Amino acid sequence: MSAVIDAKGLGKRYGRKWALTDCTLEIPSGHVVGLVGPNGAGKSTLLNLAVGLLVPTTGTIEVLGDRPAGSPEELGRVGFVAQDTPTYSGLSVADHLQLGAHLNPTWDRAMAESRIDQLGLDPHQKAGKLSGGQRAQLALTLAIAKRPELLILDEPVASLDPLARREFLQILMETVADQGVSVVLSSHLVADLERVCDYLVVLVGSHVQIAGPVDELLAEHHRLIGQRRDPATLPSNQEVIESSQTERQSTILIRTTAPILDPAWTVEEVGLEDLVLAYMGQAASAARRARPTLGLHK
Amino acid sequence: MIEFHLDTRAGVAPYLQIVHQVRRALKLGLLHEGDQLPTVKEVVTRIAINPNTVLKAYRELEHDGLVAARPGVGTFVTKTLTDPSLAAHGPLRQDLGRWLAKARRAGLDDESIEALFRDTFRSAREQGVA
Repeated sequence: MSAVIDAKGLGKRYGRKWALTDCTLEIPSGHVVGLVGPNGAGKSTLLNLAVGLLVPTTGTIEVLGDRPAGSPEELGRVGFVAQDTPTYSGLSVADHLQLGAHLNPTWDRAMAESRIDQLGLDPHQKAGKLSGGQRAQLALTLAIAKRPELLILDEPVASLDPLARREFLQILMETVADQGVSVVLSSHLVADLERVCDYLVVLVGSHVQIAGPVDELLAEHHRLIGQRRDPATLPSNQEVIESSQTERQSTILIRTTAPILDPAWTVEEVGLEDLVLAYMGQAASAARRARPTLGLHK
Repeated sequence: MIEFHLDTRAGVAPYLQIVHQVRRALKLGLLHEGDQLPTVKEVVTRIAINPNTVLKAYRELEHDGLVAARPGVGTFVTKTLTDPSLAAHGPLRQDLGRWLAKARRAGLDDESIEALFRDTFRSAREQGVA
């Protein structure tokens, strides 16, 4: 299977500040990919590079085997919903569909109209008067109705209430089931990602910390709990991601593909949220070690 | 027809949760041979879950010989897990009930009982393997 996104040494600098550095990432097609990371990690930068709204400072990025937004055909193959699901507030719902039909050669009018109908949106309503959830659904409808091969969504559900969020994700998953579209979505709501994503990319401090199929990541990570012990004494095939010690007890999150044989440990499964937080914490403490005086001289 | 649910705090991969739920339903006799599982689209629409996850769960169940996919129709149960052990459940449950009463009389609280059971279960299993 070919890659939907293939980045090599990708970097983006704004003035003197790097928003993304040395990002090498290959995301296979046919997945729903969750891009997670703290605010300012470079998620939006990566996605904007992927849709061609930004141009790389260093490195290369290919989307569906082509330069992002390199041709009208390529534009038609990628659907994008930007952060905060923007719509034109002065235009009505029907105007938006009209616009979509004019701008997209592959526009599926019947699908767009039935979806608006199904959502219970009034076609004459101005987009500015819609609720946050309705606006998000309108933006998603516009992106889906062009029948893309890849759908890129930047924090699509961040500002929605739990019910609207669930409805949005239901429609999104239905679309994946119906059309087999690949999806890349960024979010910091890990609980949502666990439901809908089967591939995870953790981006921290403008670096990719880990990327892979969710099931594999969950199967490879374990939490060891037992008597206090120096994490450095663990077998070499157990990579320590995070560890904490009390006087008596050690709690260590490890990554390994081999069975854990030491009977002294109680081994627990690790949820996706803990896994993501561990990698974020690892990156944050590495940054602190690298720049111990950061902030003191400001 | 059964319905699935998803516990995102469980630390268990979502596809495994579906596998477990089907196996449990088979064990408890909620699903019988010939019953249809919800279609992928139905599951996806109901619990907002990735369709690949549902497919993966159904493939695993198929691999275990519990269900079979009929293309264009759906996925159907081909085997029950209830027999023949279901008949033994009653007496075993009674024994366990008596044991629990004994543990309570000995002054064990819920937590101690669970810990004791889990510990014994594990060492028995390890001996069985050795």
